[in-house]
Amino acid sequence: MFEAVLLTVITAATPLLIAAIGELVVERSGVLNLGVEGMMIMGAVVGFAVANQTGSGTLGVIAAIAAGMAMSALFGFLVLVLVTNQVATGLALTILGVGFSGLIGEAFIGIPGLRLPDLYIPVLSEIPFFGPVFFQQDALVYISFALVIAVAYFLFRTRLGLVLRSVGDNHGSAHALGYSVIRIRYAAVLFGGACAGLAGAYMSLAYTPQWVENMTAGRGWIALALVVFSSWLPLRVVIGAYLFGAVSVLNLHAQAVELDIPSQLLSSLPYLATILVLVLISANRRLTLVNTPACLGKPFVPDR
Amino acid sequence: MGDGVAETVTTTGDAGAGRQGRSGKDTLLDARGLTKRFGDILANDRVDLVINRGEIHALLGENGAGKSTLVKMFYGSLEPDGGEILWQGNRVDIGNPAAARDLGIGMVFQHFSLFEALSVVENIALALPNPGRMSELSNRIQTVSRDYGLPLNPEDIVADLPVGIRQRIEIVRCLLQEPQLIIMDEPTSVLTPQEADLLFLTLERLAKEGCAVLYISHRLEEVKRICHHATILRHGQVVRECDPTKETPASLASMMVGADVASVSASAQKPVIGEPRLALKNLSAKAATPFATALNNVSLDLRAGEVVAIAGVAGNGQGELFDAISGEMPVAADMVVLDGKPCGNRNITWRRRQNAAFVPEERLGHGAVPGMKLSQNIVLTRHSTGDKLVSAAFVSTANAGKMEQRIKKIYDVRMSHDDPEARSLSGGNLQKFVVGRELDRKPGVLIVNQPTWGVDAGAAALIRQALIDLARSGSAVLVISQDLDEIFEIADRIAVISRGYLSAAEPTDDMNRERVGLLMAGGAEAQGEVA
Repeated sequence: MFEAVLLTVITAATPLLIAAIGELVVERSGVLNLGVEGMMIMGAVVGFAVANQTGSGTLGVIAAIAAGMAMSALFGFLVLVLVTNQVATGLALTILGVGFSGLIGEAFIGIPGLRLPDLYIPVLSEIPFFGPVFFQQDALVYISFALVIAVAYFLFRTRLGLVLRSVGDNHGSAHALGYSVIRIRYAAVLFGGACAGLAGAYMSLAYTPQWVENMTAGRGWIALALVVFSSWLPLRVVIGAYLFGAVSVLNLHAQAVELDIPSQLLSSLPYLATILVLVLISANRRLTLVNTPACLGKPFVPDR
Repeated sequence: MGDGVAETVTTTGDAGAGRQGRSGKDTLLDARGLTKRFGDILANDRVDLVINRGEIHALLGENGAGKSTLVKMFYGSLEPDGGEILWQGNRVDIGNPAAARDLGIGMVFQHFSLFEALSVVENIALALPNPGRMSELSNRIQTVSRDYGLPLNPEDIVADLPVGIRQRIEIVRCLLQEPQLIIMDEPTSVLTPQEADLLFLTLERLAKEGCAVLYISHRLEEVKRICHHATILRHGQVVRECDPTKETPASLASMMVGADVASVSASAQKPVIGEPRLALKNLSAKAATPFATALNNVSLDLRAGEVVAIAGVAGNGQGELFDAISGEMPVAADMVVLDGKPCGNRNITWRRRQNAAFVPEERLGHGAVPGMKLSQNIVLTRHSTGDKLVSAAFVSTANAGKMEQRIKKIYDVRMSHDDPEARSLSGGNLQKFVVGRELDRKPGVLIVNQPTWGVDAGAAALIRQALIDLARSGSAVLVISQDLDEIFEIADRIAVISRGYLSAAEPTDDMNRERVGLLMAGGAEAQGEVA
């Protein structure tokens, strides 16, 4: 029973984790992209369509990443080059993604999809309990963990990561020191788009291998909340994503064991948890102060 | 724009002749005819400047004279519209700051360019082309900073550090780039006299080693003391070059302004000391955030007719003291007494109604809302001081507009069009406005924090004289300042704040710079603990 619950938690948490780690990098560079939901759903529909047409899950995943990046390239052009309002542009991106994915996906509704195969890691997958839970997953679960470690290493151990954080902290100074604020932010935005697309692919190729309109169902928004929840620290995103994954599947399992709790209350749990955690985090002002990118959401126009 | 002001005799042509006389084989940087235009404004108009090796070269001028624009072109963060820059005899295009650093040009910024969320070593690594391993860089920082007498701990987070240390980071960062030319923009404005002396030693040592320094400062005393040559800009043009050691601060100031600067006279008129207006009694407050300073048993009597100044290095509790007096930080009722009424727990509006007025340090953002018009900013502090700005919850834009016109006229606030947004004013003009807004009421008690921070000589003289005039008319004035020249110029009594302790206020005649410096460096604290 516990093993089964854990398995569903992992499936629920993975798309949140992938999308949130991408957005974390974007926000660390000082850009707020509220279009995660839109990029995710485009990734989901394009990934499903390509996998369905070609019969290759790998091509589907690659196409989903490309779709997410294309969306974020549009966003980057608008907010970084044309200096539009980031909040409004991000919201527009979500609305565009949800609408456009419905159009593309029209032809794929009700068609059974392709499921990414589980990869069994030799030896490790035979360990009782831990084996099935951690080492018999599909490739994207492993990738999600690799991404977190890579991002943490990149941000805090490499020079480019330091430059990216400096751009998010004080874009004026970074510019004065000769770093290309726009180029660095563009790269971060594209990475965020790629992650959102990948998270979308997980939804339509692993979580529920089919296309249903609006199938991301607000997960992009939860990913955004997770970035704040983690106070912009990559390893905390893991905790957050798994906590939210657990709370969201609790509903299903509670119904299965016929717990006498109203299901509305259970389905509101993830959101209540978000509010609670945000309050707890803002109590530690010093930590928040040091980790919050000070230029988050502020437009940058070099004076030249 | 300087209308009605008699132009000095020198012209750009003469200055150019001086330039040619100065350039030679020791010339490091030779700027010829540099021009930069922002819209309709010529920020730099055919500026010629020669900097030689081993020279501390002062760049003087009022705010808006074009100093920052000029050095930004040397540092590659602005592109010239005309003219050329020769570096060691070769024509160069300095396209960006990295190119400037590669040439050997380093810059210490006026508004710190540090990243608050990052550590000292990370901040420095960002400015170096090849920082190497962080641990090795940390060691280098420790060695170099100790060597120059500016010790730093590489692991500290900048947000935790006081302003003086932040400037050290900027300087050490610049030194690690091993520059041949260091540009310094107002470096001493945040230092104690002793710290400034240390900086001058560092600069003299660098000059001896053959490094050139381009030194921007409003403090003409120190320019005279350490600089070998001075170039004076006015309205974007070079109006004069001179040897500052042969000039007086007053003559330098008049070259900058283009007219004699009225000297401020505190001592000319002896104060008539009246009743106590403001009393602080054992004012104590815990530090509200990890970055704040606690106040410890601060006591002070401020009487009608006098100007009392509080000296101290930035970050020693000035902001907290100001907040406690103004009411932004509530304390126990009897710790702050206004005209005999305990009010430590009252809000700022209540205190304003008691005829007190407050001018905070940060003019843009705290003293004025950047995106609001000046008349709207007037309503924000004057709404309940009996000026008919608000009646039955409605704002009288007509009355606010009239008041804006009045303040603009009396305090010489210059603006490009009528009633602009606060953010469009230059620093000096906005400061004249925020001080003028409170002076306009003739308050009984005026508390002002850093009245002339980053303000040019002409505006500073105007503000200081206005503060003295207010006191002489029977009000009590408390000035919190980090500028000792200013303090000795205007104060009747001087107290010093150090780590949240305040020394006893003593008559200016009994104080000198050395004694103030010792109190700043912890003497005030010792005195406070004994008391």
